[in-house]
Amino acid sequence: MCGIVGLLVKRDELRDRLGQLVTPMLECMGTRGPDSAGLAVFHEPLAAPQRRFGLFTAQAAFDWQAFHAAFTRDAGGEGSIQCVDSHAFEISPIAVDDFKVWLRKAYPAVHLISVGRSIEMYKDEGHPGKIAERFHFAELTGTHAVGHTRMATESAVSPAHAHPYTAGEDFCLVHNGSLSNPYSIRRKLEARGIAFETDNDTEAGCRFLEWRMREGDTLEQAIETSFDELDGFFTFLMATGDRMVLVRDAFACKPAVAAETDDYVAVSSEFRSLAHLPNIKTANVFEPAPEQIYSWTL
Amino acid sequence: MQLDLAKLSVREVNQFLHHKLRGSGINRIEILNPDGNHSIAAGLDADVAVEILGHAGYFIAGMNKLASVTVHGNVGWSVAENIMSGAVRVKGHASESAGASGHGGLVVIEGDASSRCGISMKGCDIVVGGSVGHFSAFMAQAGTLVVCGDAGPNLGDSLYEATIYVRGKIHSLGADAQEEELQAADAERISHLLALAEMDCDPSEFKRIASARSLYHWNADAHQEY
Repeated sequence: MCGIVGLLVKRDELRDRLGQLVTPMLECMGTRGPDSAGLAVFHEPLAAPQRRFGLFTAQAAFDWQAFHAAFTRDAGGEGSIQCVDSHAFEISPIAVDDFKVWLRKAYPAVHLISVGRSIEMYKDEGHPGKIAERFHFAELTGTHAVGHTRMATESAVSPAHAHPYTAGEDFCLVHNGSLSNPYSIRRKLEARGIAFETDNDTEAGCRFLEWRMREGDTLEQAIETSFDELDGFFTFLMATGDRMVLVRDAFACKPAVAAETDDYVAVSSEFRSLAHLPNIKTANVFEPAPEQIYSWTL
Repeated sequence: MQLDLAKLSVREVNQFLHHKLRGSGINRIEILNPDGNHSIAAGLDADVAVEILGHAGYFIAGMNKLASVTVHGNVGWSVAENIMSGAVRVKGHASESAGASGHGGLVVIEGDASSRCGISMKGCDIVVGGSVGHFSAFMAQAGTLVVCGDAGPNLGDSLYEATIYVRGKIHSLGADAQEEELQAADAERISHLLALAEMDCDPSEFKRIASARSLYHWNADAHQEY
């Protein structure tokens, strides 16, 4: 098992309540995935050239202010940092590759887990309820969010193996299911210079889709290609800066339910985790069909 | 009588339904705030009408005997799985494996049922007002599946002696399922089940799907190609 959740709010007034609405969804799906959890929320994009660099470290009581001071000293600029427990977000105009080079050299134990103008992502080991509490998910604001509760079946339980997975900028994916050919996908991508951070099957799916998009595919085209290339079971929920996208494999044996009102679109593994949402009793509740791409844009 | 799942656990509600009904004189129970919970009214063995007022989760009314359970909303996986007798009605849509392995009784889905509807059914009757998803009636052994809408890919794959009637389009038939001529007895059967389901369609518009029985015996010369 595993649980996936997603929420996209259609009215600006609801953006302040995004975390408050999505957090019970995630906590409820803790029954499907108690090992680790994560949540990516998306905001109105930062003005170019600013980016939000999402950082994680496993080191206890890490001094993020010292990190920020070192970064400012080495990279210059007017950056700022926001830190929550094991995570921090450095906002800076630095180029992504330059940031990676600096990070590897200056702080090899700090990992860049998300980057973009819209994304803010948290993921860690532990029960989803505890993760939500540690990172104050209920207080998060934004336009849309996708989250995951993991019951590990094919690779280790670690913060890096938690979902969402990201690749490129402002793209993330959560997965319920298991891929059968992640290693052949991985070998294919590694030959093209794409680096992997874990041995997790979902990372292969995420990097495959992002690679296709970098090669010029739309997300829809990338997903269509994945139907031929990815072998296994999947319900994928993805988000970009302005979209939330859901797709299930041909057998659709990993569940998904969607609910739509004038105010929001919500997706989950089970209806149970949507029951608290406003006006859910009159929402259009439906089961997404196999191999159909469902895309909701802001 | 009303049982409110906002105040009681599913276990408390089901324990009441299992142990307190007999001899109580209660013949109708409303269950409020199902909120997608699983296994509500599973394992009933009493002649009682249970109305579930809202969307419910997995395994609703599983293993049902005698009871008549109605869900005023959608259900998740495996509604009425292994139903033995009585009736289970879903006013909305059902997720996959509706009526799975059912031995007897009637399952009515007024909306759509998704994939694997009636998988391995063993004698129950299922009437779907809308459409069914892929691999419906997979390995179905006995009973009848009536679909007023369309059927998805691989309908009736590896079918045994259950009969399927579809009014709309069939995306594709599974291995060993074949369309056969609709006989008077089929129309009568459809008519009877539609009446029980309180649905109004012309029985002559249905196609009959049954097993070609070519998988009943192992054929070494087939090289796994059927």
